[in-house]
Amino acid sequence: MQRIRAAQLRHLYSRAGFGATPVQLEQSTGQSVRAAVQQLFTDSQAFTPLVLADGEPLMEKKEAKQLMKAGQIDRMALREKIREAALAQRDINVDWVDQMAGQKGALREKMALFWHSHFACRINQRPRLMLNYVNTLRQHALGNFGELLLAVSKTPAMLQFLNNQQNRKGAPNENFAREVMELFTLGKAVSGPPHYTEHDVKEAARAFTGWGFTLEGEFVFRANTHDEGEKTILGNTGPYRGEDVIAMLLKDQNTARHITTKLYRAFVNETATFDKTEQQRIDKLADRFYASNYDIGALMESIFTADWFYDDHNVGAHIKSPVELLAGIRHLVGVTFSEPQPQVFIQRTLGQLLLYPPNVAGWAGGRNWIDSSSLLFRMKLPDYIFKNANVAVQAKEDGDVNVQPFERKGGNKFTTQVDWAGFEAAFAKTTPAQLPDALATCLLPWPLTPDQRTLLTQPAGATNPIRQMATTMMSFPEFQLC
Amino acid sequence: MNRRNFLQQSAFATAGTMLIPSFLKAFETQAKGLFGATGAISSIAPTGKILVVVQLSGGNDGLNTVVPYRNDIYYRERPSIAIKPEQVLTLNDEVGLNPALAPLRALYDDGLLTVINNVGYPNPDRSHFRSMDIWQTASNSDQYLQTGWVGRYLDAACEGKPGAANRPKAIEVDDTLSLSMKGRGQNALALIDAKKLFNQTRGNLVETLAATKPDPHHGDVAYLYKTLAETTSSAAYVYDKAKVTHTQTTYPNHELGNRLKTVSELIQSGVETQVYYVSISGFDTHFNQPGQQERLLKQYGEAVGTFMQDMKTAGRTQDVLLMTFSEFGRRVKQNASNGTDHGTANNVFLIGGAGNRKVFNPAPALTDLDEGDLRYTVDFRSIYATLLHDWLGTDDAAILGQKFDRLGLV
Repeated sequence: MQRIRAAQLRHLYSRAGFGATPVQLEQSTGQSVRAAVQQLFTDSQAFTPLVLADGEPLMEKKEAKQLMKAGQIDRMALREKIREAALAQRDINVDWVDQMAGQKGALREKMALFWHSHFACRINQRPRLMLNYVNTLRQHALGNFGELLLAVSKTPAMLQFLNNQQNRKGAPNENFAREVMELFTLGKAVSGPPHYTEHDVKEAARAFTGWGFTLEGEFVFRANTHDEGEKTILGNTGPYRGEDVIAMLLKDQNTARHITTKLYRAFVNETATFDKTEQQRIDKLADRFYASNYDIGALMESIFTADWFYDDHNVGAHIKSPVELLAGIRHLVGVTFSEPQPQVFIQRTLGQLLLYPPNVAGWAGGRNWIDSSSLLFRMKLPDYIFKNANVAVQAKEDGDVNVQPFERKGGNKFTTQVDWAGFEAAFAKTTPAQLPDALATCLLPWPLTPDQRTLLTQPAGATNPIRQMATTMMSFPEFQLC
Repeated sequence: MNRRNFLQQSAFATAGTMLIPSFLKAFETQAKGLFGATGAISSIAPTGKILVVVQLSGGNDGLNTVVPYRNDIYYRERPSIAIKPEQVLTLNDEVGLNPALAPLRALYDDGLLTVINNVGYPNPDRSHFRSMDIWQTASNSDQYLQTGWVGRYLDAACEGKPGAANRPKAIEVDDTLSLSMKGRGQNALALIDAKKLFNQTRGNLVETLAATKPDPHHGDVAYLYKTLAETTSSAAYVYDKAKVTHTQTTYPNHELGNRLKTVSELIQSGVETQVYYVSISGFDTHFNQPGQQERLLKQYGEAVGTFMQDMKTAGRTQDVLLMTFSEFGRRVKQNASNGTDHGTANNVFLIGGAGNRKVFNPAPALTDLDEGDLRYTVDFRSIYATLLHDWLGTDDAAILGQKFDRLGLV
């Protein structure tokens, strides 16, 4: 049985989670690859829903507006309610980052983050709907793709975002049907015959009529707005409803291929073009995914246990997204933030604000994360976080009055607690000469270069050499990769 | 090497580290103007002209910016927020400017302001983020692009010119970079001030890493090191050029004023940058619009007015064109909170440059609305095509991915 080396373990943990702490590395090195992967799944078995901070149910904007119309609250109170709702969405964002950075459940959260970009959704001031949406992604993250697809499609947040409340018999709105096909399941054909036609979209939209949600935020099928007529979708004809369309899309092997390709890109290698071996590998994975009736966990397990997953070609072939970077730093050195605002500030400055993907296609990722200013900010970020900095950088305002609570002052004033003692303890037996390499094994995809060694050299009698070196290492461009 | 490059690279451009006598600087500027136009490499020649984009984030209410002051429907739909006819700064017998925009009225009188009405795109999206995406990437409303229109201009302008990225062709005066400024292979440089960016790229760590050739493990690591090296060299180049240039004009002391001052100083320093980008936010006026919008338009007006005055003093009015847009306009009918909700088509300003300035097209037809919103008559990409082809001298269709009618404005 193949034993896992520390470098492989770092690769596994940074792809399947948000990095491995020195303690995690020490505990699992030398296990079989299968056992190490199994450990990740075990740690992610439990699902605990995120909850809104105080048990008090938060008023949605719509309800508050109705109260105002009824004369029960005044305009100032309405504004306050709306502000509270936006703040609640901020808190969901930060609570989720806490989960990612935590000790257990990293694989589940990493998968949920992937699904958040796949099933991208953003709506303002609907904290209960967004909470329900995020929890749906987290709950099904490693489960069955068909169940996930159906559950997400029925979340009020998604129905709202893709205008299905306006999709009615006689006045169809195609937005939802189109995105379900183009982005969530079949994908657009790159070559060969199209995976679906405009006619399929139009007919599927009719099948989704009647899908809506109540003021309380519950999915509802409204028979009176549903088009009961016959529809012809992907070659089948019948008086279909939304569930039938979902089932049809799952029956189509293009869905398995589309999802597998996207997962491969996110978890194995984000390169734009695959060679023949890789393409065959993806096809084989897709076939198995389809044959397993879309078992996400099984697919991910076969990826993480495959020899090729640990190929040199795939190591360091992924640029960390801003949230991966932030959650990763927090996880590696046990960082907690005293205030929520700085974490939101980091996400905004670097271009990935949870609950606010740029559009229905999700975050573009890869090299799109990197430009001159984002790279400089990323390289300074460990310093900012570890040294309680007051950051002289402004995140761009996106002009939406509803997200102003995200733009509140104080975002660039970091106050953090860092568990350096816990981090350093793992290196208690490491000699000073071994220290740079031991840290690099934990933090970087590749061994140190001579230039980097020079940069890590500590003056004689330096205090806290471990944290100095770790901070410097996290500023290397290689730390942006995993 | 053509004559223009020779001139730039020999005597003057390399002297950037020294204090250049101002008459030489003036000559350099003239030389650019002279030889820039003839330095043709392809059928469409780079013109050496400069474009400044000012983005109004949040959806500026176009109807209270360029006011249809003789339209009864406008007054009927906006009983408490309409601009009264006697307050409007008239442009013609149909429309006039918000009173907060007095400096723009002066520019109009000088023949330097063009107003384009009803600018938008098919199937408009009323989400801030999505609509801004569409404007910044120049996509269709059902298309998701990962590069911006200025970014793709940079790709085209830098293609086959190694080292071009060390002299930024586009600068966003901000701490972070907008999607509009990101290309496939090239990105603009973001800076609030050249010295601050320069200082960020100094220090043992960054300098050593920037000079490092990474092991060729993977394309991404090379890409990161290349970005770092280009950032440090462009930061040094821009700082070197800009540190000796200080405008004598006094700018209004607010964010937009300061940022346009930075643009002015960069232009006057002779950096080779052709596109500048700045944003001002806060136009999402759902509540109590009048005070909020007037405050912002006043800032906008005085900053732009000062900037154009500065360009005039520097003799650069002919070379510099400023465009202002917002991601959408707002609904015709005001809401119950003394504000307006998200709408569709909006007006765009073109300021400076050469050519006849005017109100380009008729004001919105308030009798022909699409569920309460304006119908666009000018695709915003027609404006981009005009700027790209006629002002910057590049292949607009290649950059926009489609052919759009140019407006014959510049």
